[in-house]
Formats: sequence, C-alpha cells, structure tokens
Amino acid sequence: MPHDRVYYLLFATIHDVLKAEKRLKSAGVNMEVVPVPRSLSSDCGVCIKSSEPMQVLVGFLGDTAGLRCFTFKGTEYREEEVSGSE
Amino acid sequence: MIYLDNAATSFPKPEETIDSVHHFLTFSGGNPGRGGHPLSIDAARIVFEAREGLSSFINGKRSERLIFTQNGTESLNLAILGLIGEGDHVVTTALEHNSVMRPLDFLTKTRHVQVSVVPCSPAGSLDLKALKKAVSRRTKAVVVNHGSNILGTVQPLDGVREAIGDRLLILDACQTIGNVPIDVQKDAIDVICFSCHKALFGIQGLGAVYLREGVDPIPLKFGGTGSNSEFTEQPTALPDRYESGTPATPAIAGLLGGLKFIERKGLKEIVGKKRAATERVLEGLQRIPGIRVYGEMERGDRSLPIVLMNVDNREPSEVGYACNRADISVRVGLHCAPMAHRNLGTFPGGGVRISPGYFTRDDEIDRLMEVMRTIAAR
Repeated sequence: MPHDRVYYLLFATIHDVLKAEKRLKSAGVNMEVVPVPRSLSSDCGVCIKSSEPMQVLVGFLGDTAGLRCFTFKGTEYREEEVSGSE
Repeated sequence: MIYLDNAATSFPKPEETIDSVHHFLTFSGGNPGRGGHPLSIDAARIVFEAREGLSSFINGKRSERLIFTQNGTESLNLAILGLIGEGDHVVTTALEHNSVMRPLDFLTKTRHVQVSVVPCSPAGSLDLKALKKAVSRRTKAVVVNHGSNILGTVQPLDGVREAIGDRLLILDACQTIGNVPIDVQKDAIDVICFSCHKALFGIQGLGAVYLREGVDPIPLKFGGTGSNSEFTEQPTALPDRYESGTPATPAIAGLLGGLKFIERKGLKEIVGKKRAATERVLEGLQRIPGIRVYGEMERGDRSLPIVLMNVDNREPSEVGYACNRADISVRVGLHCAPMAHRNLGTFPGGGVRISPGYFTRDDEIDRLMEVMRTIAAR
C-alpha cells in the first residue's frame, strides 16, 4: 500500500461528503473531513482526506455520481479516473 | 394555560427538541456547509442527520431529494410554482388551504393556468369519482390536501392514485405528517410538502418537500449554497439546488430532537394518545346542548386530532374570547381555508377549532367542556 500518498475525494454537495463519511466510518476506514485544498478547487466546501487506497475508498461509497478523486504525492495533486459502481 | 391549537403548531415541545436546539445554539452554532472549520462541519452534520432521519421517516429512496424549506407554504410554493407552466391544467380539491389556493390563483392570472376544483362531502371526504372525471390528458398536476386542517378528515391515497392514474400528485401533508403513517414509495407520492413544527415536534421556521426522482421543479430561490462557489450558475445537485441561503439550522436541530422523541415514544403511542384526547373532546361536546360539531363523529384510524365546532347563536370570535378569558387556547375563524369553510357552509364566520396534542391531559379537556357548557348556556 503506497502510504506516501494521500487521497482526496471531492463531491458535488456537503450532503454527499457527509454521506460518504458515514459509510467510510461505519466500514472502519481511517479518514477525515477537511477543507478542499485550494489547488483542487476554489470552492469554500469540504472534502474527504484519507491515506487508504482510492479503490478501497470508492468501493465503500456505492454511489459515485459527481465524485472526483485526487492523489497527492510529494507536492503534486493528480486527478484519478473514478471507476465506481453506479 | 390550556393549549388546544396543536394543528397550528404543537406546544409544548418535547425535551428532546428543546435540548437539541439548546445544544446547537450553545455548542455548534456554525453555518452548515460554509467553510471547512469544525463548527460549520458540526452544523452540517446536524442538517445531514435530520435530512436522513426525515427522509427515512417517510421512506424516501434518496435523502438528498428531501429539501428543507422555511415552512409548509414554501414547500407548496416550490412545487406549484416550479412545476406548473403556461396554460397547464391543474386539479385540486375543495378542502385546500390558502397555501395551495393562492399560488394557484397567481398562476391562473400570470400563466393562464386552468384549475378544476373537485367537491368534497360536508364531512370532508373527497369525491373520488368526480376527481377521476376532472383529470384529463392535459392535466399537469393534481394537488391534494391529505388531511383537512378544519375537519381532520384524511383522504385515501390509494383511492386518489387510482383516480388520477399517472398524473403528477402534489400532496399537502402539513396536518398528516406525524399523525398518519406515510410511505412516499408505497403511496406513490410524487411530491410531498409539509411543515416540521406540528406533529413532528420541531420548532417554527422549518418545512420540507420530498421530490420523487425525475421530478425537478424550477427553484424558488437562487444564491449561495456553499458548493460550486466558483460558478455563478445555480448548482444542479440536490439538495443544494433548492436550498440557497443560510438554512434554519436551529430549527433543523429541533426537528432532529423531535424525531428522536417520536422514535423513543413510538408513533403508535403518540397517535393513540392524541386520538383518545380527540374522542374525549368529541364525546364531551356532543353532550352539550347548543353545540354543533362538524365532520365525522366516528373517527377511524385515518383521522386527525382536529375538531371543528360552533355554539348556536354565538360568533366563533365570542367563543374564542370566552376561552381566552378561561386561559384556554383554541383557534377561531377561517383557519386560512376559506374554500373549505365554503364547502362546509361555515363561511364567512368560520368555526372554533380544537386540536389536542400529545401532552394534552384529560383534566384539561374536562375544563374546556365546563367552559363550553357555560358559553352554550348563556
């Protein structure tokens, strides 16, 4: 597992962020709700930050409509393709 | 003080409601979804939990389609103004509140909308045959009062759906939510509108609307949502599309408390207690000469804790004033439902509405009967 990486999950609404938080917490995933990094969006909202692999995170979510995933490594963010379930 | 106006708003509120509002104002207090600081996120979690809880309460399929509004009236305005367009035909009932009739009146004048009003019996039952006849291929929506705020009559949703076929059903459930079990999927409700401060035990300043998937009204208001802030275009994602501006978070916290109270007590016990109080009112009033009670005397499982009455040769306002002097709160007049009072034959004077709540005691009803006996004997 590449622990030097951090993953950010961005959603269309805070409702979706908190729904994801509920699912991930109930699955025992180590994660945090944090402000959206400025370099990802100029939005004033929040997103989910976790060091768990992105595929694991997305697998727990079920609904991936409107979801955007980013990997942070070193000093760079890279958007990942989301291959979700719905 | 004896409070018998729970159809206007429930009072007193359960401890859960008061504690929840108090806790929010004391410890959370942030603006939900506005910024990533802890108090904002805490507030957003309260809104999220309340939305999930309320959506689950009506068996909503997707909680993001549960939209918070200021009140039941705003919910109905969102549905009616947002879904009915130029030249559309709408069917509604003779029991509607002004929160339905006024937006429809506005649409007849501004969008050339045609409105057909289906009659009801004097006891408040909707004429389902007439409803079926009123619906045509060009009918855009059918707006139905689920439970009358003056008679307490509840319309059968299976009969309504059978009569209107696949037409869009907009249900005014302001009086029935929390008094009658509602399942938006099983009952095939396209849009349900209600307030949260009556039988849901929330506080004033909050209503809600649940939109079935595929029902997407034009928003009633546009503005900041805390999401997609880099764009001036209104977001399309729900619930944000319909919830511009700071929400009534203290009231949403109160709703969460109200839902906890309902869960702790059980809806069956709550409804049963209110039904027993209503029967005590009905029995007591029928024993007093000179008092006329409207609507069904035998209340079945699907009736509301609402009793409408008048005293012979007395204006409702006189009765209300006498109750005030006895420290009893009842609601007199037209109850914002002039068309329903016309249907009943009590327009323009209206009537005296007695609506007990979960906390109404037997001795309070007995005191009301003493006062009514005195008024009727004068």
